[in-house]
Amino acid sequence: MNIHEYQAKQILSDYGIPVPVGKLASTVEEAKQCAQMLERNAWVLKAQIHAGGRGQAGGVHVVDSFSKISEVSHQLLGTRLVTKQTGAKGLPVNSVWIEETVELKREFYLSLLVERVSEKLVFIASEAGGMDIETVAIESPEKILSIEVNPIVGLQPYQCRRVAYALSLKGEQIRMMERIMRGMYQVFIEKDASQIEINPLVEAENDVLLALDAKITFDDNALSGHSDILALRDREQEDIKENKAQGFGLNYITLSGNIGCMVNGAGLAMATMDLVKLKGGEPANFLDVGGEATAARVTEAFKIILSDEQVKAILVNIFGGIVQCDMIAEGLIIAIQEVKMTIPIVVRLEGTNAELGRQLLNNSGLSVIAAEDLETAAIKVVEYAGEL
Amino acid sequence: MSILVNQSTKVICQGLTGKQGLFHSQQALAYGTKLVAGVTPGRGGEQHLGLTVFDSVQEAIDLTDADATMIYVPAPFAADAILEAEEAGIKVIVCITEGIPILHMLKVKAVLENSSSVLIGPNCPGIITPGECKIGIMSGDIHLPGRIGIVSRSGTLTYEAVKQTTQQGLGQSTCVGIGGDPIHGLRFIEVIKMFEEDPLTEGIVMVGEIGGSEEEEAADYIVDHVSKPIVGYIAGITAPPGKRMGHAGAIITGGKGTAEGKIAALTAAGVDVVRSPTEIGERMKARLS
Repeated sequence: MNIHEYQAKQILSDYGIPVPVGKLASTVEEAKQCAQMLERNAWVLKAQIHAGGRGQAGGVHVVDSFSKISEVSHQLLGTRLVTKQTGAKGLPVNSVWIEETVELKREFYLSLLVERVSEKLVFIASEAGGMDIETVAIESPEKILSIEVNPIVGLQPYQCRRVAYALSLKGEQIRMMERIMRGMYQVFIEKDASQIEINPLVEAENDVLLALDAKITFDDNALSGHSDILALRDREQEDIKENKAQGFGLNYITLSGNIGCMVNGAGLAMATMDLVKLKGGEPANFLDVGGEATAARVTEAFKIILSDEQVKAILVNIFGGIVQCDMIAEGLIIAIQEVKMTIPIVVRLEGTNAELGRQLLNNSGLSVIAAEDLETAAIKVVEYAGEL
Repeated sequence: MSILVNQSTKVICQGLTGKQGLFHSQQALAYGTKLVAGVTPGRGGEQHLGLTVFDSVQEAIDLTDADATMIYVPAPFAADAILEAEEAGIKVIVCITEGIPILHMLKVKAVLENSSSVLIGPNCPGIITPGECKIGIMSGDIHLPGRIGIVSRSGTLTYEAVKQTTQQGLGQSTCVGIGGDPIHGLRFIEVIKMFEEDPLTEGIVMVGEIGGSEEEEAADYIVDHVSKPIVGYIAGITAPPGKRMGHAGAIITGGKGTAEGKIAALTAAGVDVVRSPTEIGERMKARLS
């Protein structure tokens, strides 16, 4: 789960990490009030969306008058901001974060994440802050330092000093870095984060270190134990269909094609999309109905697929293991009748009682095409989608 | 021969008294797995499916000499169940549970680093040596005792590979589902090494997917260490970056973990990577003839 920058900064601040002073506004009027309360001559206005790349996309502005505050917040609020991370539709800007400006000397990068190769928590630090860390990793890997934390002994002070030295920090700054890293580590462990990124962490004119931007992602598998974090969820930043699917225990992801896919199992669902593409079609979605493809779940799955108007044909691919195919076929028939399907639907059933399941579908009187194997199913669904 | 489990493997089930545990234990028994006991804390002394339930793993193995466990414990308690099994000295720990918090798994892996136990999963279908021992949620009847070792990050794609190798008459030596989580037990390299050393395994099928770099690591290993033919399939060519595709571990981040990258690495290592998941069986057959 993602949260907004202002929420991430609040959490980091609670754990002793210095952040610039700021306030949140969701109307132009509030924006002006916030700016007044901050008692500064200049402010930074930042659109709050769950994506990076805001600066380049016009979502971050430095302004030096109340009239500019009104102008920029009016221009941002209520629109959708498109950045290189959001996709073409962008994300809604429902609030702006108004912050004091910071005169800075240097910008660093600091993050904490789960590293899959070493299977440890790893701090990534770089003197090249404020830019895309992936670009730094490719162009100047020598500027990146990574520090593995042993999960049994936890973060050690010497590891923080190593980062501080690598960034050429001096005196009090070394202790500040230790406090920042310890804070990040604590947030990670106590709140079940899956990534914390401070980019940039800046050295201000007065030598203080400040988290100028912050991003925290939480482990979805651990959310149930953190009601405080769950309360920060902003569903308007999430895809409506994906959210709805989640409510029914379905795993759904919107894509841009016109062939709807419904599959049991995540790997097979991906493979089905790939096969559609391989046969010249474009998948409209990823959808894993999970292990129990009951009539109720299948019905909801169809409804979600059909709510995408681009969908011209549907491919259902079920490999029945423990769940028997004739049961699945019955579920499909009920679901197809209930949603009043008007577009072609190709079904491939495999596994236990597959033949029985295919017979049920063929005898149902519905316009369902029961394919004998996955290859044929993919070819057929691409044909049907192309004809319409 | 086979790897990790066979007809003499004695298995216990942690979480036997739960709905999943009970159902799949029944299926395992019906398949012929030597399931000898169950463990559910606080339920010691109960009888289910003709098996005694123990309060702890230690008690269960003291009385049964079990050397494998299958875990169907709910996600918040699953790491505890794995660690309990490890401490009791169980050799093969199979965890089916999906949704274990990643921080729990980091601790589990730190403990397993210096352990003689191996972990399969979590978030996986389990392991089966056809005709001998089934530990997991796969349906037994698509399998055929035979010559191909299958290792996969995905459940239903494993079934595809199984069905096709069965249809081709090749059968399977052992099938291992290593799981869809980013942090998990046995990895591709370790399982491929076991298949390479297993005299009964003549060919290997590996099924990977987007996310992480395990397939690339395996490719590096395969070049110098594997002589048996490997057919590979990687799911997720059409997966958009930054989106988690069902499995917690199936996500492309920062341009890393793409299907194309994995396919290129494996192909360079001499793995026969099929573009369609429907070609796995035929290709394997061709490689062996």
